[in-house]
Amino acid sequence: MEAVDQNIEEILYSVSDPEIPVLSIVDMGIIKKVESIDDHYLIHITPTYSGCPAMDTIEDDIVKAFDEQGLEAKVKHVLSPAWTTDMITEKGKQALEDYGIAAPRDASVDKAALSGEKNQIKCTNCGSINTKMVSRFGSTACKALFQCEECGEPFDYFKCLR
Amino acid sequence: MNNDLLYDYIIHLGDSSMILGQRLGELCGHGPELETDIALTNISLDLFGQVRNYFQYAAELLGGGKTEDHVAMLRYEHQYKNVMLVEQPNNDFAYVIARQHFYDQFHFMLMQALVNSKDERLAAVAKKSIMEVEYHLDLSTTWMKRLGDGTEESNRRLQDAIDHLYRFTQELTTPTQTEKQMANLGIGPDIEAMQEKYYNDLHAVMEEAKVSVPANVVFQFGGKEGRHTEQMGYILADFQFMQRAYPDMKW
Repeated sequence: MEAVDQNIEEILYSVSDPEIPVLSIVDMGIIKKVESIDDHYLIHITPTYSGCPAMDTIEDDIVKAFDEQGLEAKVKHVLSPAWTTDMITEKGKQALEDYGIAAPRDASVDKAALSGEKNQIKCTNCGSINTKMVSRFGSTACKALFQCEECGEPFDYFKCLR
Repeated sequence: MNNDLLYDYIIHLGDSSMILGQRLGELCGHGPELETDIALTNISLDLFGQVRNYFQYAAELLGGGKTEDHVAMLRYEHQYKNVMLVEQPNNDFAYVIARQHFYDQFHFMLMQALVNSKDERLAAVAKKSIMEVEYHLDLSTTWMKRLGDGTEESNRRLQDAIDHLYRFTQELTTPTQTEKQMANLGIGPDIEAMQEKYYNDLHAVMEEAKVSVPANVVFQFGGKEGRHTEQMGYILADFQFMQRAYPDMKW
């Protein structure tokens, strides 16, 4: 996201992903640009996945958060540049881990893990890397389902997308 | 270039993914196991998301306050330009996987090429889609091998599905007039040039899956020009019912 006024950033920070409430949409990396146009702000957002059903809710939440501060916001959906998991901030990745979702690793780790070649995804409960993929698709399109072979914990892994 | 031609191309791109998405959506709650059910409906969701990107563009070309819903749901059968492969029913899980794999192999190649389109908006949709389609291809490749190289029963069923569906594959890489014109304009790729690689990749997976390539196939064409198999009417009856009964209804 390009630099914006601090109060605007705070408002945007207050909006979270409805599927992952601990993660602000700013740390998620989906806010691309904020324009100040006459009497309103135009927020450019980009979807994580094309069919992400959270986008409409996020749009409503942004408009509402601005409205609560007496400001008007409009939301524009942009596709380019396409979102990748690299756009999630370090703070965002930590928030995911704390929430029990393994954060995306780099593409080679991802491929090895998802094809079952090598276990490199850490269990979010006990930290063991003795984990296995249960399903390539998890509770949402952006996640895969894993299970820890040590402690038995099932957990989501945020798939690497780039 | 006129808008009609571009519109026709965009709905062709969108229709194949949309009708496949609808077929996969029928499996919601009916997948053979929970994880597969979720995977297939997530693929459906990806496809519908990509289709929305295409049809929002198509609706703008139409103008006159038309929306993506008009483009998606209020056309007649002969105006849908999807390939016939994707109309074919979910006879059993092997059909679902074979159909998906035949489509994914092509879809991935198409997206790889479409990112270079001279039309910036289509290129952006392709860039967004390609990462998702790669996942679909991974999943259907894995299942092709698992079924084909599984038990005698799963191999037999996959071979049945392939024997039935293979006749619809060549339509994917056989261009219509619209696709040829788009290729000349640098907006769409030359799909005919993809045919060799398509079949090489497909046959390599089939070999590993221990299933055979059907012989003496009479390939079927027509969907991309609006001539569909009998399956299409049933899909549209389901798909269009709400918009036909309550035009412009919204959730």
